[in-house]
Amino acid sequence: MKKRVVLFGITAALALGLLCGCGKSEKKGTLTVFNYGEYMDPEVLDIFEEETGIEIKYEEALTPEEMYSKYISGAIGYDLLCTSDYMLQRLIDEGELQPFDIGSMEYKENIGDKYWEIARDFDPENQYVVPYFWGTVGILYDMTKVKEPVDSWEVLFNGQYAGDLIMQNSIRDAYMVALKYLGYSLNTTSEKEIREAHQLLLKQEPDVQAYLVDEARDEVVAGNAAMAVVYSGEAYLGHEYNENLEYVVPKEGSNIWLDGWGITKYCKDKDMAAQFLDFLCREDIAEKNFEYIYYSTPNEAVIENMDEELKNDRTIVPEESSMDNCELYLQMTPEITELYNDLWKELKAN
Amino acid sequence: MKRKYLSAPYLIWVVGFILLPLVTIAVSALMDKNGSFTLENILSIIDPINRQALLLSLGIAFGCTVICVLLAYPAAMVLKSLHLDKKGFAIFILILPMWMNFILRILAWQMILSNNGVLNLLLGKLGIGPLHISNSWVALMIGTVYDFLPFMILPIFNAISDIDEDTIEAARDLGAGSKAVFWKVILPLSAPGMVSGVIMVFVPAMTSFVIADILGGGKLQLIGNIIEQEFTKSMNWHAGSGLSISLMIFVLVSLAFTMKNDLKDKGTTVW
Repeated sequence: MKKRVVLFGITAALALGLLCGCGKSEKKGTLTVFNYGEYMDPEVLDIFEEETGIEIKYEEALTPEEMYSKYISGAIGYDLLCTSDYMLQRLIDEGELQPFDIGSMEYKENIGDKYWEIARDFDPENQYVVPYFWGTVGILYDMTKVKEPVDSWEVLFNGQYAGDLIMQNSIRDAYMVALKYLGYSLNTTSEKEIREAHQLLLKQEPDVQAYLVDEARDEVVAGNAAMAVVYSGEAYLGHEYNENLEYVVPKEGSNIWLDGWGITKYCKDKDMAAQFLDFLCREDIAEKNFEYIYYSTPNEAVIENMDEELKNDRTIVPEESSMDNCELYLQMTPEITELYNDLWKELKAN
Repeated sequence: MKRKYLSAPYLIWVVGFILLPLVTIAVSALMDKNGSFTLENILSIIDPINRQALLLSLGIAFGCTVICVLLAYPAAMVLKSLHLDKKGFAIFILILPMWMNFILRILAWQMILSNNGVLNLLLGKLGIGPLHISNSWVALMIGTVYDFLPFMILPIFNAISDIDEDTIEAARDLGAGSKAVFWKVILPLSAPGMVSGVIMVFVPAMTSFVIADILGGGKLQLIGNIIEQEFTKSMNWHAGSGLSISLMIFVLVSLAFTMKNDLKDKGTTVW
């Protein structure tokens, strides 16, 4: 019993010491950072604190919508946040992000030109957002079940794999497939085009084994389905589990997504925040994050250093040509959102 | 009497977590996007798509309840006939799965029923199948029955256990065969238990949406799924609230039917 008390005392003393130790180190300031869960190597934060003496308060959320409502509630004044393209667009439009001098960032050049260009879709002057990770949506298929190579969305609509295909259980990802197959923009505002896509999906519905989100990959890995519409990051993991899987971005084009960092209007020390973003672009740091997440990185210095196998993995480094017809999702008007919601219910009622 | 303050926490609970949310939902249901009064949200239950989802929910809930009753009676009879020490163990086994999160258990069913799942593996060994059960209403029904069966067995078992052994013996003495004993004595006397079982199975089975999402493969749209979509995807809380309110009305009406015959017979065991 006595032993235990002593042990407890020592532990408490040590813990206190640790706490004091933290407090004593020179604090140059604090940054409150908001990111998706599991979307940064925790070690990276330690390195930053050690190198700069700036303390990081790190917060996480799961979805862009959750992030938005937490941010807007104003309970915590976030300095920096990382979220997805359309949400960044919304934040910029609503004046929630502040512009900063991206041009003067030391490691700006590490981020490839084409990613800055992609970001221009919602940040025309490249003055708000620093790209972080990106990816595509495509078809993950099982080569033991699908003999000929897949290169078109057509394979999902021609009935050849009836009962053996899985679609994404999210409105935009499902309609994107049909819109792109028909040759329309995935951001179309034409009701006629959307309804045409809807007819196609209605016709496809009996052939669809299931509409899934995260499990879509697992079902193909387990051999329960021949193919599924998935995000490229999922495809990479799927390939790790099952070597017979292949991922393709269909030639008609697809959705490309880009997550990026912005500085919020609550941030008082823009230079300090920019310093953190610059740090994230540094190649050793970007590499750490890449090896933690395994999504496609826009950091060309990191791609340069990858081993051949990774470099040739199209889920990690997509072919340039496969991105030609890809588009980002942009914010929709409330009318179009409502149309999509109604059509989606109709599709599911089938 | 002096200890009225002891009830304070429950009062806070009732007001804060039952009344307040209900009022919020009701108010939101009666408003349109601009904040003016409307009945449209509540009446939207008769839109063809919503109506279809409601009918499917009713069908699944009804089917599930019937199957649960049919499975629960024999189980409860067997439980009753067990020796006292085994009885405790049997009930323990029955409740044991509930210690685990139900989503996990439903995910396990997904594994069992999938095309390359455990079930088809076993059937394949016997030279049958493969059966394509996953992502269909059959899978949804299996999952729902599995999930709610204990809530049917326990109240029925309680009700049957409460029946005095002498009553049954008296019936036998007077010449009733086991069939007659069951239909004329056990069944009527255990009806209150069955009613609470029905309530505890029918209502959640009708309003749930997670099982449909997982085992229905996103292809079966219950009214719960539509409400969920209105709240999380469409961000149309008014429509979602309206549908919730009309669903509540529906549940209340169906309960009124179930309870009507029973209210006279004292209280029930669980409800």
